Amino acid sequence: MFNFDFVKPSTIADAVAAMAQDGAQALSGGQTLTPTMKQRLASPSVLVSLTGIAEMKGVCLGADGLSIGGATTHATVAAEARAHYPALADLAANIGDPMVRNRGTIGGSVANNDPAACYPSAVLASGAVVVTNKRKIAADDYFQGMFSTALDEGEFITGVTFPVPEKAAYVKFNQPASRFALTGVFVAKYASGVRVAVTGASNNGVFRWTEAEAALSASFSAAAVEGLTVSADDLITDLHGTAAYRANLVKVLTKRAVAGAK
Amino acid sequence: MPKDTGIGASSKRREDVRFLSGKGLYTQDIALAGQTYAVMVRSNVAHGKIKSINTANAAAMPGVLAVFTGEDFKDVGGNPAGWLINSRDGTPMREPKRPVLAHGKVRHVGDAYAAIVAETYNQAKDAAQQLADDTEIEELPAIIDMKAAVANPANRVHDEIPDNLCFDWGWIEDNRAAVDAAFKSAPHVTTLELVNNRLVPNAMEPRASIGEYNPGTGDYKLTTTSQNPHLTRLLVAAFVLGIPENKLTVVAPDVGGGFGSKIYHYGEEALVLAAAKKLGRPVRWIAERSESFLSDAHGRDHVTKIELASTKDGEILAIRTETLANVGAYLSNFSTATPTFLHGTLMAGPYKVPHVYVNVKTVFTNTAPVDAYRGAGRPEATFSIERVVDKMCRELGLDPFEVRRKNLLTPDQFPYTTPVGLVYDTGNYQATLDKAVELGDVAGFEARRAASAAKGKLRGMGLSTWIEACGIAPSHLVGVLGSRVGLFDAATVRVNATGNISVMTGAHSHGQGHETVFAQIVADKLGIDESAVDIVHGDTSKIPFGMGSYGSRSLAVCGSAMNKAVDKIIAKGKKIAAHMLEAAEGDIVFEAGKFSVAGTDKAKTFGEIAFSAYVPHNYPLETLEPGLEETAFYDPANFTYPAGAYICEVEVDPETGKVDIASFTCADDFGNVMNPMIVEGQVHGGVGQGIGQALLENTVYDENGQILTASFMDYAMPRADDVPFYTVDHSCATPCTHNPLGVKGCGEAGAIGSPPAVVNAVIDALHRGGHTHVTHIDMPVSPARVWAAING
Repeated sequence: MFNFDFVKPSTIADAVAAMAQDGAQALSGGQTLTPTMKQRLASPSVLVSLTGIAEMKGVCLGADGLSIGGATTHATVAAEARAHYPALADLAANIGDPMVRNRGTIGGSVANNDPAACYPSAVLASGAVVVTNKRKIAADDYFQGMFSTALDEGEFITGVTFPVPEKAAYVKFNQPASRFALTGVFVAKYASGVRVAVTGASNNGVFRWTEAEAALSASFSAAAVEGLTVSADDLITDLHGTAAYRANLVKVLTKRAVAGAK
Repeated sequence: MPKDTGIGASSKRREDVRFLSGKGLYTQDIALAGQTYAVMVRSNVAHGKIKSINTANAAAMPGVLAVFTGEDFKDVGGNPAGWLINSRDGTPMREPKRPVLAHGKVRHVGDAYAAIVAETYNQAKDAAQQLADDTEIEELPAIIDMKAAVANPANRVHDEIPDNLCFDWGWIEDNRAAVDAAFKSAPHVTTLELVNNRLVPNAMEPRASIGEYNPGTGDYKLTTTSQNPHLTRLLVAAFVLGIPENKLTVVAPDVGGGFGSKIYHYGEEALVLAAAKKLGRPVRWIAERSESFLSDAHGRDHVTKIELASTKDGEILAIRTETLANVGAYLSNFSTATPTFLHGTLMAGPYKVPHVYVNVKTVFTNTAPVDAYRGAGRPEATFSIERVVDKMCRELGLDPFEVRRKNLLTPDQFPYTTPVGLVYDTGNYQATLDKAVELGDVAGFEARRAASAAKGKLRGMGLSTWIEACGIAPSHLVGVLGSRVGLFDAATVRVNATGNISVMTGAHSHGQGHETVFAQIVADKLGIDESAVDIVHGDTSKIPFGMGSYGSRSLAVCGSAMNKAVDKIIAKGKKIAAHMLEAAEGDIVFEAGKFSVAGTDKAKTFGEIAFSAYVPHNYPLETLEPGLEETAFYDPANFTYPAGAYICEVEVDPETGKVDIASFTCADDFGNVMNPMIVEGQVHGGVGQGIGQALLENTVYDENGQILTASFMDYAMPRADDVPFYTVDHSCATPCTHNPLGVKGCGEAGAIGSPPAVVNAVIDALHRGGHTHVTHIDMPVSPARVWAAING
């Protein structure tokens, strides 16, 4: 690790000012950034911690849905979202291990947009709104490919607002080593229709499986997806599974998510 | 009735108090005045010619004290291979020099070609990066695949070795024609090609070494993560640096696991000693986890074709194998013994097989060195045999339990001379099989299978009847087979004046629990409390010359030496007692901690005798030396042969290919058991590692020699929820016939016997689920591989 300066502002306004410095990098739970820095693969000159900002923490049910502060840990979401959005709480409860869940945050995960992370699938399947220090971004506009998002330089996530579905479930199939999602599927049923988002599988990051959405909007049952096929084009092939294997998982996990939705 | 103390008691591991409360003392915990930090500069290409290294910039950086390159060590010795193997044509193996730092060429990703020593760790890291930037390496084609390595003589890992072959070994060459003839006339031949996957040992504590030099006396000290400090001393002093052994102390303090990877001497140990002398200050090197992946000796990595000749009703007639064994870029210390005398000699398994022939070609590649890893050669042999026996049963429509019963050696056949050069002293393989069948509730399998099917899961049951040769090893025998070292061990029992005892052992405990078990044995034999016995290990300045811990040898070999030393203590105690009690020595009996005159109530306690030995006022000084301390060396007469039967049940999710271990039953024969709790723990750990190999772990190099599984993000270690609650039994004991404790060793058993049980269970599940086209899946049997096999 190289030397760096560290600041921990207590308001969003102070964080915005700190982020304006040359070489500034936002730090949330540090579950990706810290190991990257230890391997000397990243060398920000200033780390701006977002975890001391009270207005960016907590889970709150409002008129637009369930709002979660960007600096809220997975453990807090797992506990406090349960009464309002159990599928989201389940997702948070199964990220990493207790140490990860007590450090990692929703804002950090969504900003990093790791193609195998769990949260992006919930954000996209819920049609959530990503709230930043500058604006509100619809989920469909936010995710722009592996590790790529609509966030501008210096922009950071202050919260995410999830419309609460009638029913939903997230089913993850673990990559055996990292236990990130080898493939994960989030299914959310709203009055307006069903949304299905897939993580871990695509070279383009999290995506919506629109054929399944149409079929499930017509009939919300595992049988509804039985006749669909998932194209392996653009899916990931790596040490842990081929594109064809992931295509199979997308369908299997979608069926299981539908069956388990609550 | 379980005992609560002494031999056979499940005494709690006394060392765990310090390990679990953060009070262990590991190499990295040792801080010395004036210490400096070494960082290795490692190759990021698999194969390359070093064109130039410009050290000037790195040497001028802040805090940098010294820069070393291969040039600095070109005139010292290489790190030697400990075992000479001859090829089938009688020619000796090829032994390229393994230098302290690579010189001229780099031969694997992670091969260290330079080292920086600086005032701080970060300064050394900065300079290492600078030196890498100032080094010109011309990349050469990487030699990764073993078959290609042998087939393309133009590409050479070592320029002087044209076909990348270390040796082409036949065992036993004189039997080859008879074996081939047996195959020609056999009613049935089963053939299986398989891969024994390459593993990274991943001890919890990465390697670490601290070098010190005393310019006043010329003495060196090496503190290092070693399983065998005397062997490390011998290698680094006598073979590499040319230091007299008596000028080097090697200390292995608390060591956080080894699994074989810390048997060997590594270049970093020589580097910190040479640097300490040059600088006159202590030099410490602590591996990062990524360096463990890149530079620890890996395990396994065999590609094998095994053939089994049998009758139509499953009687085994002959076994023949051809194996390519990867040794990596250099010969690690026991790398040539592992695929040969720890592998080929086990290829008869626990069966009565008339004819066996084993061919092993060991191949140099541009990968990290490969050497012994928990089980070492014996897991590879067991996996090949137990998989091919299972395949034969399927081909012939036979019950795998009955076929094994038909072929297992029977108790009346011991001692049994195998066709591959071993003499099994004792065993009862039917008993362990029967016990496993009982404990594993084989009779209830069908009901469990139906319950799994109701959940959409395929359930299967796999069996492995295994044997190993351990308690390594009789020196006279291994000497004939090519070993360049003896494999005895030693212990010193020092009775202090007040009756408590220090036992100095050649064996080294890096997690096994010697401090508890060895104390139990000494206390039991002397009739004193366990807490009065301390075990001292890991410091060549304190312990007698022993060969360390590996090959399930600590108890069988070092424990026997300790037992022998205790017998000497008792014999001397009788002489002292005879004098004090004014009786004939022959009339003294020692029992329950008391020396007494037979048939009388005249007696002296052990403590009184000990005190008299050090305060010899009433003592036979004219015929007996004062003091009560004895050393014994013990060289075993034979290997020991633990054996057992393992039954694994799995549930396979046919939609995802995921395999869950539903149950795992072990019935082992370890001979006499000193501490059942520790034995069970060893079996749990070993089976856990075997399940890791079978389902999860794999080391992958790409065609350019880059290691793709260089962190825990991609190298899948087994975790608690990957393994079941084990059913473990060791009641079917046949005591070893040739060591005084009747013990066989248990450290490696689980890792040896379990992988084929797991894979056999997966194949069984798929067959019962109707996927009868699947005859084999290579390890690790990952979800993606199972799914591909089902849908292939």
